[in-house]
Amino acid sequence: MSNVMALSDKHALSVERLTVAFPHGDQVMLALDGATFEVKRGEFVCVVGASGSGKSTLLNVLAGLDRPSGGRAHVHGRVALIFQESALLPWLTAAGNVELALELRGVKASARQKVAHELLNRVHLAGFERRRPHELSGGMKQRAALARALAQEADVLLMDEPFAALDAISRDLLHEELERIWTESHLTILFVTHNAREAVRLGDRVIVLTSRPGRVAHEVPIDLPRPRSLDSPELAVIAGRITDRLKHEMSNGR
Amino acid sequence: MWSNLWPKLGAVVLAVAIWQLIVWSGWRPQSALPGPWPVLERLAGDLRNLDFYAGIGMTLRRAALGYAIAAGAGTVVAILIARVKLARRAVGSLLVGLQSMPSIAWFPLALLLLQRSEGAITLVVLMGAAPAIAAGLLSGIDQVHPMLIRVGRAMGADGLRLYRHVVLPAALPAFVGGLKQGWAFAWRSLMSAELLVVAGNQTSIGTQLQLARNLLDTQQLLALMIVIFVIGVVIDSLFGAVDRSVRQRWGLLGGEA
Repeated sequence: MSNVMALSDKHALSVERLTVAFPHGDQVMLALDGATFEVKRGEFVCVVGASGSGKSTLLNVLAGLDRPSGGRAHVHGRVALIFQESALLPWLTAAGNVELALELRGVKASARQKVAHELLNRVHLAGFERRRPHELSGGMKQRAALARALAQEADVLLMDEPFAALDAISRDLLHEELERIWTESHLTILFVTHNAREAVRLGDRVIVLTSRPGRVAHEVPIDLPRPRSLDSPELAVIAGRITDRLKHEMSNGR
Repeated sequence: MWSNLWPKLGAVVLAVAIWQLIVWSGWRPQSALPGPWPVLERLAGDLRNLDFYAGIGMTLRRAALGYAIAAGAGTVVAILIARVKLARRAVGSLLVGLQSMPSIAWFPLALLLLQRSEGAITLVVLMGAAPAIAAGLLSGIDQVHPMLIRVGRAMGADGLRLYRHVVLPAALPAFVGGLKQGWAFAWRSLMSAELLVVAGNQTSIGTQLQLARNLLDTQQLLALMIVIFVIGVVIDSLFGAVDRSVRQRWGLLGGEA
């Protein structure tokens, strides 16, 4: 492991024996217990785990929103987070949300509007700049959230079950969209989901977490050519194997 | 517009009709309880008299002054309680008590401290409105969705910038609710205070009410009550309009896509 760490300039993020504990009543609950993995620069890695595997905790620690109790989690470069609910600020328009991200990054007021327009255009939301989040569909909100994350000019995009609440068609479209943006940019993506098919559809590699507490149980490289279809039999076979593994983990965790 | 208006008009007509019926029943002589018609005639006469507006103007100036101070103080106190743990422990529960305390209970103390002055009246209005305004903003800040805080922090906003860009805008609907309630308290406190301070050569709605009572001029008394009611309704509906437009913007009204 240590000689791998030496090459860390190739890595966008590294997680080393990461342990996170929360107080739970008068007990301590372990969310993550010694999780270890690395993600290479430009890699698209999916993390699957059943509920209670500490997936969201992992992203919070990587984004600096939670502190680890033990071990290390390190991201090289800027981080942007995308959540399950779009979490757009409801009082700002789609463009306003993107512009705020630009403002907080220090982009000059004169440039913000133009950049926001370009970014919304890039996620196919041109013409919806003046809409507020409650006037957008679920898929459009996630596109706007994606544009806002791009506005942060992050090196690493952390995604927390971003498409879980969407209908199948919107999700399909957003998979394509995300894949396209990832190919065009130099983004590294860590994508957390409980859906094995989604993980196999998107990831270069799938990391399977155990439940309660979360630990890396398994890593599956996905060598299927892109773009992949959620319905292809090859994908279904790999996803099936991962799902079996998850079920096994869940029954152990009980 | 019309469909909004007619139930309200209907209620007014109904209230006037009940009033008229009570007068016709002969329960009290007309000198003690005049009917709607003579009162409205009297009101129309008052409204043509410039002196009448001096009293309304005085009362509204007091309301505006007391309310403005209350809004400022309430806002500062709420942000302090929200930000400083010690302040919350110290003042947090006090705020609830103050909110349920009738502010007119402050009046004797205000009179001792400030004599029969404008200051005493302002203090009572302030103590009536400020707790409600502070409580509204505080509950708004406390109820900001944790997700929005995470989003703000993930975008690099912290401390003051998190407050400015995320917490305060998110708390705005509750704050407007608190401002609206604060106004209702301010208006009530002011009326009580003006009735108690009869002295002073300043004319106000309160002194006019007292004068009408002393002169047994019930037509004038009822005309003034209608003025007080209408001012309350008008200002309340202004707050209502602001409240609706904020909720609309924030996507808190149902029925949208």
